[in-house]
Amino acid sequence: MKEVKKTILLADDDPDMIFQMKHHLESWGYEVVAVESREEAERYLEGACPDLAILDLMMEEEDSGFILSYKIKKCRPEVPVIISTAVAAERGISFDMNSPGSRTWIKADHYLEKGFRMEQLRLLLKKFLN
Amino acid sequence: MDTLSILVVDDEPGIRSGVLRILKGHTVSFPFMDDDYRFECREAASGEEALVILEDAPPDILLLDNKLPGIDGMEVLEIIKQKQMDIMVAMITSYASLEIAAKATDDGAWDFIPKPFTPAELKSSIDLITKQYFLKKITRTMKEEGKKIRYQFLSVLSHELKSPLNALEGYLQMIRNRELGEGLHDYDAVLDRSLKRVDGMRALILDLLDFTKIRLERKDEKIEKVDLRERAQLALSTIKPLAIQRNISVSYTGEELYYEADPSDLDILFNNLLSNAVKYNIEGGRVELSVQQKGRTVEILVKDTGIGMSEEEVAQLFKEFVRIKNSRTKGIDGSGLGLSIVSKIAKLYGGHIHVESVPHQGSEFSVVLPFE
Repeated sequence: MKEVKKTILLADDDPDMIFQMKHHLESWGYEVVAVESREEAERYLEGACPDLAILDLMMEEEDSGFILSYKIKKCRPEVPVIISTAVAAERGISFDMNSPGSRTWIKADHYLEKGFRMEQLRLLLKKFLN
Repeated sequence: MDTLSILVVDDEPGIRSGVLRILKGHTVSFPFMDDDYRFECREAASGEEALVILEDAPPDILLLDNKLPGIDGMEVLEIIKQKQMDIMVAMITSYASLEIAAKATDDGAWDFIPKPFTPAELKSSIDLITKQYFLKKITRTMKEEGKKIRYQFLSVLSHELKSPLNALEGYLQMIRNRELGEGLHDYDAVLDRSLKRVDGMRALILDLLDFTKIRLERKDEKIEKVDLRERAQLALSTIKPLAIQRNISVSYTGEELYYEADPSDLDILFNNLLSNAVKYNIEGGRVELSVQQKGRTVEILVKDTGIGMSEEEVAQLFKEFVRIKNSRTKGIDGSGLGLSIVSKIAKLYGGHIHVESVPHQGSEFSVVLPFE
């Protein structure tokens, strides 16, 4: 039986991040849907559902990743969400949890600080998807 | 109308009811305050009673008799100091020895109200304390705001500097691991992208230098009579190559005009406005720069036929590191500092910047600088 490829939604407004991540994810055998904004991601989510999402925190807004995570979790709570960010480490995640009400509903499964090793991501995906 | 709570601590019931009567209906207003203050008084007959209230629901202002039966006023004051409670304290004293006055001031008392006092004396003390209260509050808010702004600035800056580094690191790792093949040509795209990120980072650092420079005071020794036409044309020639690449026509109107300024400030101002007008334009668009005297001011006008902005986007525009992100701005590089730099320069010379914009039609930035 042919194995169906798992689909990963990759949202990041940095085209270089998309380029690199897409390359790695595909080489590990995943199907990748890459979008560069929250808006684009939402359009995709209207008609489809990924097996996992990797979301950049800061896109159009400082907390685009959280908003997306919330929307995914609301209708598909079983889809794992990884939030990647370049600000978390030195500021503590709380830096971007300032927007009103956000503290109560942020429910990502994992935070990755940008600059993470690809091997780290590969293991994480294995854990979530197998 | 804002209300301040006052706690009167005195063992003489007459004094307590007197204070309550005098301050009932009394309001304090100073021209520099946004709001008038009225007062709500509570009373305590002993130091012990006062401490319970202080623990429970601390007042904004404490009128404290020194001579109390148990714990005396000075001891209450010491406890307030120890616990670093944020309360304005005025001592009510029937005999003010210099020693007590010095000690009380040391422990943070703001004022002395000698007993017996007239209603006018009490009111004038309360007015003074209210003023202090207001100023203290304002200073504290300003300090917090300043801290918050600095904190945000550094957070965003670290994000903006880390992004290109992360991208570069990722590409270098791809090359090291031969992810795209064994030939050097397999890496052309990756190398081009890497170089672009290096350019972006350099531009950010240069903008940052401009930005920190402008944050400082205006340097009077650098002020000279600047030929605005010359500066404008210099900026135009700088932007020309980019404009030609994108098939955008750039025009200039302006008469001979001089302005007292640091020429490098004006260069930064022109360069930023023009490069935005070209960057956020459409293929084959137009940019018009005009520099004119309007009464006692100079008006620098940069008009483009670009992608324009919505009202919400305009409202965000002058914040540091804000870059308008939407489908129309995709692929346009920038540090997000340009317009906050321009706006800072305008303010430095007592002027201001204004923008009119219509999405898909274009924007018009005007900088108005007054002659001294």
